[in-house]
Amino acid sequence: MSITRDSDWSKMFTRRAAVLGGAQAMLIARLVGRMYYLQVVQSDRYKMLSDDNRINIQLLPPPRGRILDRFGQPLALNKQQFRVLVVPEQALRVGDTLDTLAKLVDLGEHERDRIKKEVGRKRGFVPITIKENLTWDEMARIQVNAPDLPGIVIDEGLTRFYPHGENAAHLLGYVSSVDEADLKGDPLLQLPGFRIGKDGVEKVYDLALRGKGGTSQVEVNAYGRSIRELERQEGEAGADVVLTIDERIQSFTGQRLGEESASVAVMDVHTGDLLALVSNPSFDANAFSRGLTTEEWKALSTSDHKPLINKVLSGQYSPGSTFKTVVTLAALEHGVISPEQTVTCNGHYNLGSYVKHCHKVHGSVAMVRAISLSCDVYFYEVARRLGVDKIAAMARKFGLGQVSGIGLPNEKPGLIPTEAWKKATRGERWSPGDNLNVGIGQGDVLATPIQLATLAARIGNGGVAVKPRLVRPTVQGNAPVDEDPSAMFESLNIPLPHLEILRQGMFDVVNGPPGTTTAMAAKLRFTDPEKKAWTISGKTGTAAVRGLTAADREAQKRDPESVPWHLRDNALFISFAPSHAPRYAIAVVVDHALGGGGAFAAPIARDVMEEVLRLDPSRKPRTEEQVASAEPVSASPPPANAGARTPQ
Amino acid sequence: MSDQGFMSARLRRGDMTPGEKLWQMSWSLVFWICCIFAFGLAMLYSAANGAWHPWAWPQLARFALGLVMLVAVAVIDVRLLLRYAYVFYGIVFVLLMIVEVKGFVGGGAQRWVDLGFMNLQPSELMKPAVVLALARYFHGVNMEEIGNPAGLIIPLAMVFIPVGLIIIQPDLGTALLVIAGSGIMFFMAGVRLWKFAAVIATGLAASPIAWTFLHDYQQNRILTLLDPERDPLGSGYHILQSKIALGSGGLFGKGFMAGTQSHLNFLPERQTDFIGTMLLEEFGMMGGLVLLSLYIILLIYGYAIAFRCRHQFGRLVAIGITTGFFLYFWINMAMVMGLVPVVGVTLPFISYGGTSLLTLMLCVGLLMNIHVHRDVHMGVRGGFNDF
Repeated sequence: MSITRDSDWSKMFTRRAAVLGGAQAMLIARLVGRMYYLQVVQSDRYKMLSDDNRINIQLLPPPRGRILDRFGQPLALNKQQFRVLVVPEQALRVGDTLDTLAKLVDLGEHERDRIKKEVGRKRGFVPITIKENLTWDEMARIQVNAPDLPGIVIDEGLTRFYPHGENAAHLLGYVSSVDEADLKGDPLLQLPGFRIGKDGVEKVYDLALRGKGGTSQVEVNAYGRSIRELERQEGEAGADVVLTIDERIQSFTGQRLGEESASVAVMDVHTGDLLALVSNPSFDANAFSRGLTTEEWKALSTSDHKPLINKVLSGQYSPGSTFKTVVTLAALEHGVISPEQTVTCNGHYNLGSYVKHCHKVHGSVAMVRAISLSCDVYFYEVARRLGVDKIAAMARKFGLGQVSGIGLPNEKPGLIPTEAWKKATRGERWSPGDNLNVGIGQGDVLATPIQLATLAARIGNGGVAVKPRLVRPTVQGNAPVDEDPSAMFESLNIPLPHLEILRQGMFDVVNGPPGTTTAMAAKLRFTDPEKKAWTISGKTGTAAVRGLTAADREAQKRDPESVPWHLRDNALFISFAPSHAPRYAIAVVVDHALGGGGAFAAPIARDVMEEVLRLDPSRKPRTEEQVASAEPVSASPPPANAGARTPQ
Repeated sequence: MSDQGFMSARLRRGDMTPGEKLWQMSWSLVFWICCIFAFGLAMLYSAANGAWHPWAWPQLARFALGLVMLVAVAVIDVRLLLRYAYVFYGIVFVLLMIVEVKGFVGGGAQRWVDLGFMNLQPSELMKPAVVLALARYFHGVNMEEIGNPAGLIIPLAMVFIPVGLIIIQPDLGTALLVIAGSGIMFFMAGVRLWKFAAVIATGLAASPIAWTFLHDYQQNRILTLLDPERDPLGSGYHILQSKIALGSGGLFGKGFMAGTQSHLNFLPERQTDFIGTMLLEEFGMMGGLVLLSLYIILLIYGYAIAFRCRHQFGRLVAIGITTGFFLYFWINMAMVMGLVPVVGVTLPFISYGGTSLLTLMLCVGLLMNIHVHRDVHMGVRGGFNDF
């Protein structure tokens, strides 16, 4: 019985064990299949998910390139700034910590609300900014009290700093936070607190100055806390931009202008290097990178002196008598009058029923004297003989009516009218009377200060089509670059005798005898003993502004101060020096001055020119003693993203 | 030859000296167990980011204790095991009740009894206890009795009463393991298939009622399995993170101690239930295949021992224990790969946990005992001639 039972048992047992083993083998095969599917077939997908899980890529903002003057003096650089952060999980109670901190630094109720809100929203280990731009004192106070301030961290970062404040604000522009509209392309722009150039050189050279962002791959755990840095790719610091500007001249000019609403452009007549480009009044670009208060913004934007506008490039002025230089050259080119031929000035000029006045009765004047006296009647006659189109052609040769091409934003082209232009824009025929207005640089003629400086430079350099430039193409340290100016620009093909006549006139304007500046001649002489023999040549201009009535004009003659500021004449002066071998050109425009160019613009030009000639930045390097005294330049690396730096 | 004959007779009668029993032991099986354990120890070392504490060292100490226990259990006379199977079952059952009552009184879900040197989980011990009790039961009955449905009431009760206690702990994984393991013992004992169908049908019919008894988190686990996207940040999160971890391990893995997901806390319970994920992440599919092969070797030993055994008790114990191993590792690995819901089942010899490891060593000891006493002639109640 037992044997039967045993054999029955074992048959059944074997059969069922086979079933069981088979089932288990199938189930194990299922495991292997699943393993293959997850670890081989889908592996790439899960690898990607795994990296997403654990790798957090943080951008490292590169330090912005500096903007240097021609001798390497920083005009815009990065300054270390300190900010105080709180790491909520390290602070025992954030409220208490803030109370303690409020005794050390100024903390508004509004700020505290913001901090509390952020603490509620973010994870405990994410640092929250309490205050930026700490003063040294504030930082020191916080550091000293560190033991009572759990969770408080001081973080350093870089902020844009303009050491010369207002002196080059228009030229340099400013940096500001990124607008929605700019948010494309570069991921750096997404970084909180990242600043980009919004105007001037900062804007035009923004990409070069910005540099390339580095990345830091940080491994994070399931809670988002950084564990360690896996890979760090340093970015490229922004490149420095070296300008042609000489900071000393820029600053000197700004100070010389004082409260005036005025523009000055100083240019090397051979290379076109702009040594100063000043628009006054100015603003403090540091305030822009810090963030303006509403009051500051209101004061800047509503002032009638228009401190926010770069008038050197965007101010379009009637060139007035300075335009007579162009008319003179056109007259000589077309031979409408010989240099010796005289015109009689009775103080007025009749064209049909149309009567135009001169500011004086000059009697019989030939060309050189007409320039030096700025006789309007002479130029009415010349302009009538020439016609507008010939004058316009000459004006364009000298860079008027077109942007200078230095590349800064908002540059205006000015306006040189032609017969066709009037037909096209106004639908009117050009009248002979219009010629007279053009002859003395009034009417529709408009020019910007930088164009006037270019005009003076092209006269001074003997008719070479020099173009103003703001950025030095190549620079090795402080050394001036060897350049052959004669090869840089084309000639305008103005016969030298023509230029000699014009330059004689312009010499006489300043040095007499007898120029409109006769009274001023002594004042315009250089005082520097070495330069006593040197002279400036130039041309004054006094341009009426639009909207000035005949009655106003009469009133202005009697008492300039009775006329509202915005209706007063603009005073202009274009010049080059030294007269015997011109090297630098200057254009000065004083808005709504109390008198003419000779009285109000020329003295400024003289002072600036004397400084320029003393320093002679085109030929002389900046002296060692001056370089050494310059501020040290910050070149410290950028702060890593605050989150990555927080001590764990 | 005569020695062998002599030996054989003594083997049959079971009157071997302890030295002879040690000689009879399958030391190669012990070797394979050590291999699996070494693999697990490495993973625990890695799970602690390259440290012996807090897991690897205690686990090693328990393993040493487990080895002693394995040998001790292996040399016990198999007839004593048979004789005291119900007693052992009864003791474990009482322990289970104590935990239950304590948990009820304490108001929390406590699954263990504090023995001073370790926390004992009676539900773990219940697995070998049920195996022994069922083997004892089926050893004593003949085919006719098995054919009688009434004869199944006692063994079914022996399974389902403790299972009920385990479910309300609540420990769904262990309960299911006990049910599945016992079912296979019923099957191997010769119970007709239609009876299984009847039990399963009854179970299915009762499942809506049982469903209402399940805890919310248990319901969630099952629902999450049916639709993993249902709760990507809850239970589904664990499965997804586990899949990401082992999937990213690829064919060859990220290298020892270089698993990123497990080390960065993306995985829950990386030293216990999800240690398999870490293994697969760090050693890739190759590591997984090595581990599976080791388990398969273990299964083959188990089956071989069951087939080689001359008595029904031994066969059933060997099958029950082998099936237990299989269910453990299959469910755990299927779980980390997202094939079955997240149930608290450990990976045998790998996962950290004292009771789990010691219970497993006890089971290997039982298996070894069957192997040592494979030829012992055993009556219905464990005597020599009590047929």
